[in-house]
Amino acid sequence: LHAMNTVVAQLQRRFQDYLVSLYQQGFLDNQFTELRKLQDEGTPDFVAEVVSLFFDDCSKLINSMSRSLERPENVDFKQVDSGVHQLKGSSSSVGARRVKNVCISFKECCDVQNREGCLRCLQQVDYEYKMLKTKLQDLFNLEQQIVQAGGAIPQVNIN
Amino acid sequence: MLNPGVVGGSSNSDPFPAGLRVLVVDDDPTCLMILERMLRTCLYRVTKCNRAEIALTLLRKNKNGFDIVISDVHMPDMNGFKLLEHVGLEMDLPVIMMSADDSKSVVLKGVTHGAVDYLIKPVRIEALKNIWQHVVRKKRNVSEHSGSVEETGGDRQQQQQHRDDDDDGGGDNNSSSGNNEGNLRKRKEEEQGDDKEDTSSLKKPRVVWSVELHQQFVAAVNHLGVDKAVPKKILEMMNVQGLTRENVASHLQKYRIYLKRLGGVSQHQGNMNHSFMTGQDPSYGQLNGFDLQGLATAGHLPAQSLAQLQAAGLGRSSSSLIKPGTMSVDQRSIFTFQNSKSRFGDGHGQMMMNGGSGNKQTSLLHGVPTGHMRLQQQQMAGMRVADPSMQQQQSMLSRRSLLDDAVVVRNSSRVLPGATHSVFNNSFPLASPPGMSVTDTKGGSSSATAAFCNPSYDILNNFPQQQHHNNNRVNEWDLPNMGMVFNSHQDTTTAAFSASEAYSSSSTHKKKREAELVVEHGQNQQQPQSRSVNPMNQVYMNGGGSVRVKTETVTCPPQATTMFHEQYSNQEDLLSALLKQEGFPLLDSEFDFEGYSFDNIPV
Repeated sequence: LHAMNTVVAQLQRRFQDYLVSLYQQGFLDNQFTELRKLQDEGTPDFVAEVVSLFFDDCSKLINSMSRSLERPENVDFKQVDSGVHQLKGSSSSVGARRVKNVCISFKECCDVQNREGCLRCLQQVDYEYKMLKTKLQDLFNLEQQIVQAGGAIPQVNIN
Repeated sequence: MLNPGVVGGSSNSDPFPAGLRVLVVDDDPTCLMILERMLRTCLYRVTKCNRAEIALTLLRKNKNGFDIVISDVHMPDMNGFKLLEHVGLEMDLPVIMMSADDSKSVVLKGVTHGAVDYLIKPVRIEALKNIWQHVVRKKRNVSEHSGSVEETGGDRQQQQQHRDDDDDGGGDNNSSSGNNEGNLRKRKEEEQGDDKEDTSSLKKPRVVWSVELHQQFVAAVNHLGVDKAVPKKILEMMNVQGLTRENVASHLQKYRIYLKRLGGVSQHQGNMNHSFMTGQDPSYGQLNGFDLQGLATAGHLPAQSLAQLQAAGLGRSSSSLIKPGTMSVDQRSIFTFQNSKSRFGDGHGQMMMNGGSGNKQTSLLHGVPTGHMRLQQQQMAGMRVADPSMQQQQSMLSRRSLLDDAVVVRNSSRVLPGATHSVFNNSFPLASPPGMSVTDTKGGSSSATAAFCNPSYDILNNFPQQQHHNNNRVNEWDLPNMGMVFNSHQDTTTAAFSASEAYSSSSTHKKKREAELVVEHGQNQQQPQSRSVNPMNQVYMNGGGSVRVKTETVTCPPQATTMFHEQYSNQEDLLSALLKQEGFPLLDSEFDFEGYSFDNIPV
């Protein structure tokens, strides 16, 4: 049906534009592209699952790092460092570029045992991951709309 | 999808490396899931695991059940390097290390601990496509250790059966040993032959050093005395059917390396045996790379010097081996022991140098040498050169080690993010070709309980409640100490946003509880047209775009539920409270896009 096609095409275009913008704005990097490549008809929800897992990770790690940083006189920097390390690993693995970048600064603060700096980074990480979660949710919504309209999710070429 | 035929070379009927059995260990559930997916895409059979101790248990219970192990470096319960050592010693499997840490020191540590490769996160699938080479290489190297000049008869036959390697370096057959003559033609024929023959021969069973076997070994070594413990005699004492002298020899070598890592606790074999096999934590300092013990037993070092050298060696970083310039006087003296018949355990060919003389020195340089051999090789190289000038030896060592480093660097740089990667490589085939027969489909459908493919797998059988569907119940388990077993893969036909929770905590009684249950949130029901939504892991979508992913436990007993809810419901408060306490201005939770400055980052 012509009407449906138009709708699908519009949705697809919106999806594509949105996704590209996420890259352009630095929320996502190449690794996210890799994830999308791993998804296929057999595993249509792979990316959504992975990022969901990632966001769970984030919240858990932020939680435990908060605890470690809680008392100024008794900061467990080792634990914080371990948390940052893992966060860096997982964020880089899903392509969460901004989150990963904060982790780099975060690690530096941790290395010099700068509690204030760590707290700032912690706050930043929290902000960034939540921001990304919102963005990706919007993206997945678009995907779902496309699928519901009977269309296919476009493969997007990033530059 | 990957076309297995492409990898297999000339023979398209050989599925190898498809079906390669990989054990991947990482405490980060996100990475673990991604790796699993990537490995499945490579058509490997994947088992994933988030604890090193569990991984070890798996490996021990499934002798010959895996071809290769990939492990993260930083893990809560056991340092990845320790796992690496155990695996190398007990199972002789190739181990690939990975980490988000790309600092040279850590990579080096991977090298010296015997990792066959070191991958830096984020790991790309390209890096994983070729890991099968390590399996092949290791098996070829193992074959090579069969026999030496001393052994004629039976060993000669053995040699002819094995694929003697040497194609990598191109330096074929420098050996003047008679034993190898007969192999020449055969080898050349084989090299032109199809891979199928090669790979099928590689699937012969390998000796796995179980705890019991190893204890027998140690007992024999102790009985003979460290000085006199040579493989032949050890083998005789052990009297184990099917065990060859070569098996013992290579194990002995590794054992010696292990001993020296323990910081020169030479005579307390009993203690070491205990810690050696049971995963306790021996504190080992970093010795220099010399196998002082080996040298001592080989009679090259007067016994009293051993203590001196060990004392001198203790506290020195193992990298001292690689920087010739920083060698101390003590260490230098080792080089002056010239011996054409270098007797590391009887001078047999375990160092890939068959025969006492005219050894294939170029064989040291095949790609990435395996396991603990590396350091020994370097020493051996130094020793065998029979060159009075230490200078030359040092330079040989440094040359070799540079090569090794270069190899490592090459490998490790493979996955640096972003570098040369072309985004969205269109040649990457996403659609699976029809008629592709794999034991497991992508993404872990139930058939890839092939991940737990081994039917003799006790751990699984013990826990009947571990299902991959709904109703995972955890009431059998000691919840506070619950760790996670190999993540059971989600059933992708039903999973949307389901994510398996990883309730990792430090378990103390690992020995008893070898495998613990995964708490998996119930599967979602499939809804007809839309993407199915897991009622358990709800993603509440609304037009406003703000999201809450709320995970709820389903069948957990109240105890557990409380624990997790506590964790999650207070999460927001905890950070906020902390920040308030510190006087941090809270960032606006309503994401105002205008206010947020976006960098214009060229992609």
